[in-house]
Amino acid sequence: MEDAGFIIGSYVLTFVTIAFMSWRVLRSGRRLADQVPDEDKYWL
Amino acid sequence: MTTIDKEATLQSNRSGTGTRATRILGIATIISMLWLVAFGLGFSPADRDQEEAVRLMYVHVPTIWIAYLTFVVTAVASGIYLFGRSKSLGWDRLAGASAEIGTVFVALTLVVGALWGRLTWGVFWQWDARLTTTALLFVTYVGYLAVRRLGGSHQQRARRSAVIGLLAVLLIPLVHWSVRLWRSLHQEATVLDSDGDIDMDGLMLFSLFVGVVAFTLFYIWLLLHRTRVMALEDLMEDRGLDQALSERRNEAASMNAAVPNSEEI
Repeated sequence: MEDAGFIIGSYVLTFVTIAFMSWRVLRSGRRLADQVPDEDKYWL
Repeated sequence: MTTIDKEATLQSNRSGTGTRATRILGIATIISMLWLVAFGLGFSPADRDQEEAVRLMYVHVPTIWIAYLTFVVTAVASGIYLFGRSKSLGWDRLAGASAEIGTVFVALTLVVGALWGRLTWGVFWQWDARLTTTALLFVTYVGYLAVRRLGGSHQQRARRSAVIGLLAVLLIPLVHWSVRLWRSLHQEATVLDSDGDIDMDGLMLFSLFVGVVAFTLFYIWLLLHRTRVMALEDLMEDRGLDQALSERRNEAASMNAAVPNSEEI
């Protein structure tokens, strides 16, 4: 039972961290991109 | 749909740092992560020695693999910036974005490794060669990120962080071979060992492979986004500086106009 808690906890921790990193980067990208004209976005 | 509506839709689609390629990559990442959960927690059998704790390996091994990869990318991009002719800040941003991701992945490696250690060794932490050198790797890259946040121009930031990026990568061989260099509690590499033998069950190896693919796709996806965000941050910083300089000049000009010259007196 202890094993299950550690194993599932590790997966949850990993995926929550990944999701948080993604959310943070996408949110700041969206916020900054709104203030910059398209010609300054080299990826477009 | 009117022309204005179409333009508005086009504009809203262009917001953020996403492109068609990153969206496709993002979907592939989510699918591969779901596969990882299915194989890691479901289909993979328990190990003879580690029992169920082997399921942690499908997360632990890919996270350190990504950390190694990110720091090598940081070093290569730093080298190109430092020794290349273009001195493009794009290389510096690539190095910085990669190191940021890598630092988080080393932290994940340490935490998941500690949980695995508790299940297999009975302790969360040991001052073992592999664990200690991995912790040193983490602290080094936290330092690298701190140096990136010191003041100065973008070029100054790029130069000093490139030097650290090139030096810090030298820790990777030390971490990887620490289990051979010193007597270590940590097991040796199962897949990428020196004799090339893979002593693993097929389904376990496949689960590990799914984990590596999933995390690598995620890394590429996040790296693209983070590099673009950094470009926007630099642009906004330059704009803020230009605006402040222009305000200062206007202020100085208006003060000079207000002071009467000697002929008027």
